[in-house]
Amino acid sequence: MGDKEYVLNISDRRPEGKYITPILKGLAYTLKNFFTKPITIRYPTERREVSDRWRGLHRLKVDDQGKLNCVACGLCAKICPSQAITIVPYEDAGGTRYPKEFVIDELRCIFCGFCQEACPKDAIELTKVYDFVDYNREDFIFDIEKLKNPEKYIFAGK
Amino acid sequence: MLEFMTILIIKTLVAFIVAILIVAYSTWIERKVLGHVQLRHGPLRVGFHGLLQPIADGVKGFFKEELIPDNADKPLFVLAPIISMGAAVTLVVLIPFGDKVTIMGREITLYLTDLDVGVLLILGISTIGSYGGILGGWSSGNKYGVIGGMRGAAQMISYELSLALALIAVVMVSGSLSLVDIVNSQTGLWNIVKQPVAFVLFIICGLAEINRTPFDMPEAEAELACGFNVEYSSMKFALFFMAEYCHMFVFAALVTTFFLGGWHGPIIDGPHWFFLKTFFMIFFCVWERSTFPRLRYDQVMSFGWKILLPIGLLNILLTGLWMLIFNI
Repeated sequence: MGDKEYVLNISDRRPEGKYITPILKGLAYTLKNFFTKPITIRYPTERREVSDRWRGLHRLKVDDQGKLNCVACGLCAKICPSQAITIVPYEDAGGTRYPKEFVIDELRCIFCGFCQEACPKDAIELTKVYDFVDYNREDFIFDIEKLKNPEKYIFAGK
Repeated sequence: MLEFMTILIIKTLVAFIVAILIVAYSTWIERKVLGHVQLRHGPLRVGFHGLLQPIADGVKGFFKEELIPDNADKPLFVLAPIISMGAAVTLVVLIPFGDKVTIMGREITLYLTDLDVGVLLILGISTIGSYGGILGGWSSGNKYGVIGGMRGAAQMISYELSLALALIAVVMVSGSLSLVDIVNSQTGLWNIVKQPVAFVLFIICGLAEINRTPFDMPEAEAELACGFNVEYSSMKFALFFMAEYCHMFVFAALVTTFFLGGWHGPIIDGPHWFFLKTFFMIFFCVWERSTFPRLRYDQVMSFGWKILLPIGLLNILLTGLWMLIFNI
């Protein structure tokens, strides 16, 4: 594409003496659009489906007995590039390890998904929840109870 | 006498309320139609499909803070929106909504006045309305306001001429300056068939006159940051806004009256035809707004003076010749 084509394009845009047909064409186009179904949706009552690979709020998975899969190995906290994960491990008398505290600062988190990939026990995953809102910074520091059930924090409108 | 006064007052109130309601809901029509043309929904939340949106906007307007700039000319600043709105609402008086009807044994006309010089009065009052914009822009002490007001004045003067010329052809065909007589003269054949050139001319000049989009020089969001009403806030701004939409309603009603046969229509004549045509014209105003970009200022002026004015004069000449030859 050389310079010549650009010049041609500009001069082609409005051929001399052609005013009325373009006006009518434009009116027809907007009228056609008027009778087309709108492509916008009524968020938040209607939502677009996000990709299966979407990385949203974290969930701590639980097993059949309702116990956390997490063994508090600390790999997720280690690999986290923004250091959003804090784990306080605990080992009971039988030698079972579980996290006493598992806190994710969702304001620090960059949703890279490394924690999910690093986890050897498949204990943490990123859900599709992307619109969580609150009034205080403290409310974005998610502890175990909140992390078990992230769907609760989907923004539902007023 | 008392009965006459009572009927007149009731008629005035009804006409005023209907006009204000139409003005309020034409903002809704505008937002809705613009939205759908742009593949959006438009207002949806307040009431069914956003039907209470104009009321919510009005309430919001009342509760907003009033600001008057320090270097504003205060009396004129306050007066300008009143002139604008006053002139716009006054025009409603002249619109013939329908013919005579008989209610409770009395014959009542569905128009407020039937002036012998209605067309002249419309041209005069619509010019007064433009003073609102000019004074508002000038008195707000803002450069954008001044430029917007000046542009509005210049445009108004240029297009007022062609508008009047288009109307002269209509008056020649109809043989009267009274709006009711003009409507009655279109009983069989509407003026749009008799005067197609005048119709196009009137639409173009009318759109320029009410500052709608291809000709919204005084407002010009992109260049002038809203032009003459840039310093206005709260209800004063709302008055300008309502005046604009009131002008749109009056424009639609006048197109209906002059060219589309007023209350005449197939099957039963009556005000329903008038309102149907008026709403179609309001829809047209929004439709063309969504289609055309704003013209450049010098293009608007040269178009008005070099093209529309000669066409208007030629149209009058040809109409006169036609009437002379065919002895109408």
